Amino acid sequence: MSEAIIEIKSLSKTFQTKGTEVHALNDINLSIEKGDIFGIIGMSGAGKSTLVRCINMLEKPTDGTVLFDGSDLLSLPDKELREARRSMGMIFQQFNLLMQRTAEGNICFPMELAGTDKAEAKKRATELLELVGLSDKAKAYPSQLSGGQKQRIAIARALSTNPKVLLCDEATSALDPTTTASILSLLKDINQRLGITIVIITHEMNVIERICNRVAIIDESKIAEAGTVQDIFSKPKTAAAQKLVYPGGKRAEKLSSKRCMRIVFDGNSSFEPVVANMVLECKAPVNIMYADTKNIDGKAFGQMVVQLPEDETLAQKMFTYVRARGLSAEEVSGYVG
Amino acid sequence: MWDEATLLMLLWGIVESLYMVLVSTLCAYIIGLPLGVLLVTSAKDGIRPCAPLFKVLDVIVNLTRSIPFIILLVAIIPFTRFVVGTTLGSTATIVPLTLSAAPFIARLVESSIKEVDVGVIEAAQSMGASYMQIVWKVMLPESRPSLIVGSAIATTTILGYSAMAGFVGGGGLGTIAINYGYNRYENDIMFATVVLLVIIVQVLQGIGMKAAGLSDRRK
Repeated sequence: MSEAIIEIKSLSKTFQTKGTEVHALNDINLSIEKGDIFGIIGMSGAGKSTLVRCINMLEKPTDGTVLFDGSDLLSLPDKELREARRSMGMIFQQFNLLMQRTAEGNICFPMELAGTDKAEAKKRATELLELVGLSDKAKAYPSQLSGGQKQRIAIARALSTNPKVLLCDEATSALDPTTTASILSLLKDINQRLGITIVIITHEMNVIERICNRVAIIDESKIAEAGTVQDIFSKPKTAAAQKLVYPGGKRAEKLSSKRCMRIVFDGNSSFEPVVANMVLECKAPVNIMYADTKNIDGKAFGQMVVQLPEDETLAQKMFTYVRARGLSAEEVSGYVG
Repeated sequence: MWDEATLLMLLWGIVESLYMVLVSTLCAYIIGLPLGVLLVTSAKDGIRPCAPLFKVLDVIVNLTRSIPFIILLVAIIPFTRFVVGTTLGSTATIVPLTLSAAPFIARLVESSIKEVDVGVIEAAQSMGASYMQIVWKVMLPESRPSLIVGSAIATTTILGYSAMAGFVGGGGLGTIAINYGYNRYENDIMFATVVLLVIIVQVLQGIGMKAAGLSDRRK
């Protein structure tokens, strides 16, 4: 059992706007452990951005506590809060780079704020540019970089002060699928190589699927469900979770209850015709009800729902076949008919 | 008519005008720049909201901006005498010019800084930047091109004001235009001063735009 680095206890945030109160967050309890890649997913307006801003106090929570590495951030005086923030890097949907500074200047910026020696900062910036694969862009200004490159620079900047946690606020939402995949693998790499805990805010389930080990689903200002990605993804309990996990969402409930199989692709070769081979092997047709898969660098990502034959043994054979290919498959009842 | 003495006088007029304008702009920025920064940071959505401070500054700036320069020039004569010891000549004109331009510059600075993306300021806060660090390392450098354009506008406006001071013996091209052109009906001298003022405005504005363009890394 590893220890918690961020602990959120009964946290609430209420915004006051001309006479009305908006409860953006309501009694949030979460524990994020060291080394986690923790996903927080929810629809727009669910409060997830407010939640991540409460973690580093960009928004002051109305109620509750946020413990970071054992210290209560709400009770810290300004100066110590600023120190604590240096241990929490943050990246944003819109990158938020300083437009009048070069890539290198941007990476040096947090170290400049912390009073790091100039030569040392430059040396660290060079290392980080290498880490994010942009050594040749040190002297480029943000306006000369693509979206993916800007986010890489933002990541390098966030890492420059050796943070313990990296907060990502919709960090891939402004990027195309291929760039998203490369940024996500960079984040995973950072998590594994540097042991930095990563908190990811997103509205895209495939981001969670691809790199997170634990996830919390936030719905209408509350945590609907939290747990390992495997558990939530295979057996979503709450309506909010089901809506996010099952393609087509609630609409599915109206349809009749023939048995279906959901196949999840997460990085298998996209050149292997798994479904076609399964049909040939089992000599029975299946009906593709839903498919959302992508080919990224020769790897398949996404999910597919197929309607299985009535015959129990045939259906079992198909499950076995798909699982034997290294894909995860689960039965979904009540999806389509 | 266009003898050496006249040319020398006009030349000296240019020097005096530039002296007044540049020194007043500098002094006005020393007052206006911090005022502009405070207007941004103390506003409701600023990095350190403070409604009373904002309200007071806002009212002061609006009040002083609504006094016509020519009135201010006369109204503060005792103050001018107290500061520079005289009310005549270009050095004396610097005092009212500075006081009149400072609130105007505060507004220019305020609008320039407001152009900075709030996300960038939020990013700096997330990195543990202090109030002064955000002002010095984010707000001012990030709005630099806009601040430079603003300073070109401020300088040319102050040049216009400085010519007005000619009516009360403020020195520079304005005084020459009043003394020769207006009082002695020497229209060609009046015309010459106007042409010179136009050229100076063009040059100052040109330098400002060029400098702003060169400093802008957003394109």
